[in-house]
Amino acid sequence: MNTKVNVDTEVQDQELIQKFLKDTTLFLGPDPEIMRDHSIMPRTEKEEECMDKYTDLNQISSIRDRLQSACEEGFEMVEQMGAAPGAKWGDIITGIYSASGDLTIGSAGGVLIFSALVHHPIKFIIKNWIEEKTVGVQEGDGFIHNDSRYGNVHNTDQSMILPVFHEGKLICWVASTVHEGENGAIEPGGMPSMAETSFDEGLKMSPFKVVEGYEIKRDILTFLQNSVREPKLQYEDMKVKLFACMRLEKRIKEVFATDGPDALTACLRYTNESVVTEVRRRISEWPDMTVRTQTIMDSTLRENALLKINLAVTKKGDRLIFDFSGTSPELTNRAINTQLPGMKGMVGQAFMNHIWPDLPRGQAGLSPVEFVTQEGTLVDCSYSAPNSQSLMSIFHSFTVAQHATAKFLYSCPDKYTRVLAPWHNMINTFIWGGVNQHGETLGNLCADLNGMGGGARMDRDGEHALSPIFATMADIGEQEMNEEEVPFLQLVSKKMTTNTQAAGKYRGGMGYTMIASTKDSDQWGFMTTTQGSKAPTIQGLFGGYAGGSYPMCRVSGIDVYDILLKNPEQFKHSIPEIMNEQPFENAIYHTQHMGLGFDISKRGELYMISQGSGGGYGDPLERDPTYIIMDIEEGLITADYAKKLYKVEFNEETLALDLEATEKLRADYRDQRKKQGVPYAEFVKKHVKDTPPADIPFYGSWNGDVDHVYAGSVDDKRDANNPGPIYVTHPKDVRIAELEAELDAVRQQAGIPSTDTRK
Amino acid sequence: MKVLMTEYLRIDLETENWECRVCEHEVGSARGNYKEGLLVYKRDPEDIHPSIIDPDKYKFTFCPDKDWVSIYEFYCPSCGTQMEVEYTFPGHEPLYDMEVDLDALKEQWSHREEILEPVTGPNVLVDRTHGHNH
Repeated sequence: MNTKVNVDTEVQDQELIQKFLKDTTLFLGPDPEIMRDHSIMPRTEKEEECMDKYTDLNQISSIRDRLQSACEEGFEMVEQMGAAPGAKWGDIITGIYSASGDLTIGSAGGVLIFSALVHHPIKFIIKNWIEEKTVGVQEGDGFIHNDSRYGNVHNTDQSMILPVFHEGKLICWVASTVHEGENGAIEPGGMPSMAETSFDEGLKMSPFKVVEGYEIKRDILTFLQNSVREPKLQYEDMKVKLFACMRLEKRIKEVFATDGPDALTACLRYTNESVVTEVRRRISEWPDMTVRTQTIMDSTLRENALLKINLAVTKKGDRLIFDFSGTSPELTNRAINTQLPGMKGMVGQAFMNHIWPDLPRGQAGLSPVEFVTQEGTLVDCSYSAPNSQSLMSIFHSFTVAQHATAKFLYSCPDKYTRVLAPWHNMINTFIWGGVNQHGETLGNLCADLNGMGGGARMDRDGEHALSPIFATMADIGEQEMNEEEVPFLQLVSKKMTTNTQAAGKYRGGMGYTMIASTKDSDQWGFMTTTQGSKAPTIQGLFGGYAGGSYPMCRVSGIDVYDILLKNPEQFKHSIPEIMNEQPFENAIYHTQHMGLGFDISKRGELYMISQGSGGGYGDPLERDPTYIIMDIEEGLITADYAKKLYKVEFNEETLALDLEATEKLRADYRDQRKKQGVPYAEFVKKHVKDTPPADIPFYGSWNGDVDHVYAGSVDDKRDANNPGPIYVTHPKDVRIAELEAELDAVRQQAGIPSTDTRK
Repeated sequence: MKVLMTEYLRIDLETENWECRVCEHEVGSARGNYKEGLLVYKRDPEDIHPSIIDPDKYKFTFCPDKDWVSIYEFYCPSCGTQMEVEYTFPGHEPLYDMEVDLDALKEQWSHREEILEPVTGPNVLVDRTHGHNH
């Protein structure tokens, strides 16, 4: 008796303490319990009850199809009505989430990762706002969110989240997400690479209520509009997302009317659980092994540096483990870090887009996959680290996942897609901002980011400028439409960049040239946020090569519009012609890496970039010679390039193939390989070093030692599990130091004393 | 039984060896790293990704910088087929990219028929019956 009293007292005490702690929490910051868990929530009693009640799979399937159609309808609404370039060109998504917050169905088009990460803010709302007397969750409420520390890619993407009720009971959630672009950061366009702290990254919205009674609260809206450079866009797209969500709610309520809310609950749970079961079955079909790969990051977007994304994927039975140990530590004052969910979401994107696209696009596809990461790394950064350019780490995570999984898939008797070489993985596009020709302040980007070259498949070439890795069905838009709103022209656009192919038995899909020049504004500028100017960012597959490197080329000190008016014949339509022939007098021709910080442009100056090629597949010597000739005819490669890379013989005037000579050339080249190649052990002895290059900043593990990481110098080796802060010096300070050293040397040589030697 | 593991490599489950699918050459033990049985060559990036703008004039030329990236090519020592290419950090060791659990592979394939040609998976064909045929 006494024991029971004691136990009861202890329980009451514990509850009291918990309540006290909850009531006195000073800051509801990012919640690791929510943020580190990507799996679907446990089945609730209500879900159990609904699944017992509704067992007819035909009915479940019918409801799922209706919900999928609703998502497509919501997607169309946002795409047709949205104001942001991202909305117009498909960088959006709509989705339906269970009562517990699990994404169950996402629209077939759009950026799945957006939706796949919105379960985190919904779970935050469930945990914190439902019972909170100052907030609460009611029918007609809407919550806005963009802060990646509460679940998102980066804070340029904004979500609208609505709960769906039936007779006062919460049944599920709907959400719509758009890459809005502008968010009030230190650079326009929403993805500042200049951000050195999270406070430089603009508007950071933890999930909060912005809609009541299906109306946007005007006071909060006004605050948000004042926080960004595009106030009208902020309002318009909040309305668009709200109305898309309301349409989803309407369609869901139609299901309530025909089948009842419990049938819908059963459908959502069946869908998620059956996807988990099917994913485990498909994983079991893969061979048990460990596949290792890595990619090279060659830039922080502020300066060139070598950073490693390291991945070992182990499959055993029905378990699949992605181990990112050995990846570069986070950089404390650079924006390329990502929150853990961003990395996971992008790996999920690789599965949903390129491996199992037949499965429902939801959260369950990734749920059984396990991850190993170290906190404080590029792929699992701290909550204080800037991450507005998380795309860099996220995209590399996609590529290593894609590269590794291809090696598991090849032997599988059942495939759901073709084995594929890595896609191009960088957003080679212009981000822009300023005051346009209509006097409006804008900050956004060109949809050319969606024109990434596709990887070669096991039986065919990759497709050119096909789609971004984050959305299979996005568009690159009409440049002419864009030009109605922005004060610059793309003087060359959608023209493939010759000789930038990723060679292989099947070549990668290529990227195109963009030459942009400001015309009708004195307050306009560009930035670019891309790695890969020094080292390719992807790998090829099974003997195929990666694409090359892609820098920025510029011509300053001219007004090309003046030239086009007076001497149009001077203008050339390709980067090599302009840069090599230098046709414009008194112009300055220069190149740089693709981390161009926001740069105020002058009328008529040229900014020239190229989208990139997807990876090649297989030995280039096995490429069908007729395909090579087709590539020459289409201007993708030159005759010289073809002969050098593919060892093919043909008449350069008629392009008639000499197959016999080609066979001989190729046989000779295979013999040459046997002469130039050396046995593995000998190669390792000659070329492998114990430490990274001494004269280039290197971040990450070296060789097989994933317990230690380098932090920018061979002299700075740290514990991989606790790397600590890394501050990178401002590039201008580096340059000033270099120039001061040069100046000192010149002064000494010339015997000129320093003007002021005081310390 | 032989299992097709990559475009150019298979594993003979009886002999427990990696084999070249082009020339039948035995590359090495399937319990180990197949790369150890291949020839390796460090390729100059300029050979594969030629500069499209003048390297004498510009720092960045569309050709990867060989001080920043190395390209390792792996050849079959018998037929010279290029089985794998690795883009890596200069001086970095080649990756042990496929570490197979051979016993598990044997068990898995004991329930399967041998496959002689790789399975490509479902095809997606454009339905042109409703399009323009001229």
